[in-house]
Amino acid sequence: MKPVPFEYHAPATLREAVELLASDPDAMVIAGGQSLIPLLALRLATPSLLVDLRRVPGLHAIAVGDGGVRLGPRVRWRDIEDHGPLEIAHPLLQEAIAHVAHYQIRNRGTVGGSLAHADPAAELPGVAVTCEAEITLVGVAGSRTIRAGEFFTGPLTTVRQRDEIITELYLPFWPRDRHWAFLKFAQRQGDFALAGIALFYDEDQDGRVRNAHIGVIGACDRPRRLTEVETVLNGRPVDEVLIREAVEIAARTVDPPEDLHAPAAYRRALVATLVQRGLRRATQPRSV
Amino acid sequence: MIGINRYIGSPVERVEDFRFLRGRGEFVGDLRREGMLHAAILRSPVAHGRIRNLDGTAARAIPGVRTVIAAAEIGAVPRIPLRLLPLPGTERFLQPVIAADRVRYVGEPIAVVLADSAALAEDGVGSIALDIEELAPVADRRASGKNEILLFEEAGTNRAMTFTAVSGDADTAFREAEYARRERFSVQRHTALPMEPRGVLAEWDAVQGRMTVLGAAKVPFFNRDTLAAMLGLALTDVDLIENDVGGGFGARGEFYPEDFLIPFAARHVRRPVRWIEDRREHLTAMNHAREADCEVEIACRRDGTILGLRGEIFIDLGAYVRTNGLIQPRTLAQFFSGPYRVPNVDITSTALLTNKTPSGTYRAPGRYEASFFCERLIELAARDLGIDSAEMRRRNLIGAAEMPYKLPRLEPGGPAVDTECDSGDYGEALERCLAEFGWEEKRALQGRLIEGRYHGLAVACFIEGGGAGPKETARLELEADGSVTVYVGSAAVGQGLETVMSQIAADTLDIQLDQVRVLHGSTPYLNEGYGAFASRSTVLGGSAVFEAAKLLLEQIRAAAAVRLGGSTEEIELVDGRARSISDGRSLSFAELASERLSVDTAFANNNKLTYTYGSAAAHVAVDPGTGHVELLDFLVVEDVGRIVNPLTLHGQAIGGVVQGLGGAFMENLVYDAEGQLLTGTLADYLIPTATDFPTIRAIALENHPSPSNPLGVKGAGEGPIIPVGGLMANAVASALASFGAMPNRLPLSPACVWLMGSVNESSD
Amino acid sequence: MRARFQLNGQPVAVDVEPRMHLADCLRDELGQTGTHLGCEHGVCGACTVIVDGAAVRSCLILAVQAEGSSVVTVEGLSTDDALTPLQTAFRKHHALQCGFCTPGMLTTAHALLTEEPDADTARVRSVLSGNLCRCTGYIPIVEAVLEARAAYRKTDKP
Repeated sequence: MKPVPFEYHAPATLREAVELLASDPDAMVIAGGQSLIPLLALRLATPSLLVDLRRVPGLHAIAVGDGGVRLGPRVRWRDIEDHGPLEIAHPLLQEAIAHVAHYQIRNRGTVGGSLAHADPAAELPGVAVTCEAEITLVGVAGSRTIRAGEFFTGPLTTVRQRDEIITELYLPFWPRDRHWAFLKFAQRQGDFALAGIALFYDEDQDGRVRNAHIGVIGACDRPRRLTEVETVLNGRPVDEVLIREAVEIAARTVDPPEDLHAPAAYRRALVATLVQRGLRRATQPRSV
Repeated sequence: MIGINRYIGSPVERVEDFRFLRGRGEFVGDLRREGMLHAAILRSPVAHGRIRNLDGTAARAIPGVRTVIAAAEIGAVPRIPLRLLPLPGTERFLQPVIAADRVRYVGEPIAVVLADSAALAEDGVGSIALDIEELAPVADRRASGKNEILLFEEAGTNRAMTFTAVSGDADTAFREAEYARRERFSVQRHTALPMEPRGVLAEWDAVQGRMTVLGAAKVPFFNRDTLAAMLGLALTDVDLIENDVGGGFGARGEFYPEDFLIPFAARHVRRPVRWIEDRREHLTAMNHAREADCEVEIACRRDGTILGLRGEIFIDLGAYVRTNGLIQPRTLAQFFSGPYRVPNVDITSTALLTNKTPSGTYRAPGRYEASFFCERLIELAARDLGIDSAEMRRRNLIGAAEMPYKLPRLEPGGPAVDTECDSGDYGEALERCLAEFGWEEKRALQGRLIEGRYHGLAVACFIEGGGAGPKETARLELEADGSVTVYVGSAAVGQGLETVMSQIAADTLDIQLDQVRVLHGSTPYLNEGYGAFASRSTVLGGSAVFEAAKLLLEQIRAAAAVRLGGSTEEIELVDGRARSISDGRSLSFAELASERLSVDTAFANNNKLTYTYGSAAAHVAVDPGTGHVELLDFLVVEDVGRIVNPLTLHGQAIGGVVQGLGGAFMENLVYDAEGQLLTGTLADYLIPTATDFPTIRAIALENHPSPSNPLGVKGAGEGPIIPVGGLMANAVASALASFGAMPNRLPLSPACVWLMGSVNESSD
Repeated sequence: MRARFQLNGQPVAVDVEPRMHLADCLRDELGQTGTHLGCEHGVCGACTVIVDGAAVRSCLILAVQAEGSSVVTVEGLSTDDALTPLQTAFRKHHALQCGFCTPGMLTTAHALLTEEPDADTARVRSVLSGNLCRCTGYIPIVEAVLEARAAYRKTDKP
């Protein structure tokens, strides 16, 4: 399947890229192309112009500091996998990214591309929403920063305007002794999740949960936090009784779509299973 | 039989490998011709409709788009004949090579666009204005059977064919049986999915009036004959050339619409034309397979002896009867009982037309489905009667002393299509399988919950009918340098044909392997040929090569006798030389090459199929929380009569098993109520990957050679896939026995398995 | 548009439409048909080539995006005489039947073993899970790649 004809530019600056996008209503931005090019091949996307970011400098940095983690839009999955400091600075991110697609895709697929594509089963959007990340966009009107929870509005839809380019993903600081888990279930390795869970919590000095965050992917129209489950977790120690309650609320409050690959009831049960296993995993000590 | 064997029986590494490993294979997509145009096909976007208008003006206006060919340009539109089982009545349901006024499935070809590049040809397809009046589709076989909406009004029915397989007196057997059980089962629509999509490159020589077509596979001679008739050309004016073929599995190589459309286009524009199928197109254009459901019952004595099998099977054949579309329904009925002794059989299988892509053969057609249905029934009976799974098989397998064992009589067909299990000891293969698998030790795991997963075991037995006739042809020529060129009518689809034929020729002629060159499949090589289907290449092609090699030896001996003086009895042939026994003078084959020695022969098998047979066992662990099934161990044991190349044979077994597992767990062609295919790309049509089934073992036995060919070999490409569906279902049933799980439908997707394991534990 | 890059160690320049993907460019413009197309939507891996040292799906890169890069295809992993250790291992283990997925398997394995000559069985399987094969059932391919590790552990890379 060959794409429709389009023009192609690889501008040298971000400003040029934005102007090109703004100049043509059917222009699209391309980074790694791992999500976009299949759409082009299937003629589901029919741009008149592709604006490639590959010559724009400064977009592929990974910055790890006391303030948190900042990822440029052209950071690839393998860059995240290879980045040593992230093992401590954001282990949840690294673990989630290890589940993305396949080896070859991970050599090209990018942070910005994944966020902009907004597949409801994708790992990074799930981590972003769970961790209350912030996404910075630059367009003709200037730059703005959106909370991840407000960035994704539906399947394959975000608040990004067609002239805007994602320039940064910010993940808040991750304390070293945090409890966390990332679990995904797919029929085969590398497939999009039938459902996935990203969760973390901190413990106060009495061993009770504080700051619980649980996000679900693949079982909703977009990545969502299970806020009712978080509420029930906060303030209590994690034991089998609490886990049972959490699981029951998760099953009740998640509202999965019915599709080709799984009926809603199954996804609901799958979320419940993953929440249970995720919480159990999170209570276990980690080697770092 | 052959005496000392240097090559036959050895794990000879393949001669084909060199070019593939270097990226120098020549698949049809790798070939180009001067002045070549690229074709793209406009395919029906609706499942059922009448074409009101087709306007190619906008397409032709695109620079680089050369022409649009539709039914109007073709005139009288030929229909694709049946290659196998052309039974009376089927002529009503044949597929036209292009849709003229009626479309019957999403993907049916409506027009061909020719352009300077494949991308431009696709642009052209996208610009054709197509006006189709949509008709209500026949969405599934149940709707089809009601005959309220007909695909072919003149036929008055959607029922393409009904087969019955009968032996003994099933009605009486069921009436008198101590135990009987009836169940419904179904196998999903899935497909062969070779990694190389199809392609055709056609060249028309206007001066000579000759058509050359590249990209042929499987049955080039039949396809050549069919194409010649459709184009109004003599057989000798059409050549079909077989290049490298990226997998067939029964689906590639049958005559498809494009096999006419592309040559027609080449003649129409007087330029070479190449069409390469893309994968999305492939999923609606290449033969589908396997979709069948049934209501069947088993009758037994209390001790588990099977007395009878009866029931009705329905096959969703899709919109037309393809060249080999009736094989699956026929085989499902005739081979329902598999390797088991069942004295009373009454099975009916009905093929029904629906507005879906037509279906055809896919590795072990009908047998995979029959084994699933039959093994599930047998397992349910075993459980009800309190008999161990292995013991149930043991008691009911056809015994060695009962050979040959007649299978039920098939109608239509009658005595002409009678077949019988020819030879072998089925119980021996079962015992070997159980011992190697460790059945006795592992039995205790059945149904147990260990570290959060339920464990299950199953065993199944199978027969594979291979070596389909009528014959195969071979020609051997002694070349100037003393090497031998083998031309064989068999077709290569990736199975190692060149190497296996080389081994047979080299051993028979007693020369080095690298002195043999094998050319295959292409029609210019031989006057006639038959091809690669029903696991026949080693049996028939190999036997033809063997017979030809023996005849060539006689010619060499005679030529040497003349040159060296003396009679032929005084000449011995050893190691590529002809030697006079009396005085020791000898000549190399190269020195005899000026005699222009060549042999052209055929081997026919009187339509006697060979039957490999075997057993398989599996151990699974089921995660009730996710529905995931892990295959912890899988073993298949198969007696193939005689092994020519254990390396390639083992490859066929592992590859076949993994395909079977894909069908058991994940592959599914899903249609909606409008006849739209929902699983349109490889992101939704899932096949196994390297991480899914890493633990598979296969053992081949040679205990019972075939009595019906000089090599003693039996067709062995399709056996191990056969029991996989039933085996997985029974293993899952074993694991989830405490839930009363009834895995009666394939595929066993995670959602389905989860559902079976989520009901509250039964209180029995 | 013009795209200039290194192909198997040689500089090449092609004029292509922006919409042409790298796989088609290699096959049709540069005559390197060893890289195969099994799906064109980024799933099957038959089109895998090595770009700047990383295994990538060449149907998911536009030819114009390869500008300035170094591209290695299955042809570039071959010599005209003896088979390389990786090729030898494939042949020995019967890790190919029809040969269509093989170029993608070889390039992926080469990229993996070049970086990770000590990759264990699970790692090899996991990496190869992005390459579909319909003939072999994968087991012999994994065996072949594991055997080839020895050659990559030496200091002189093949």
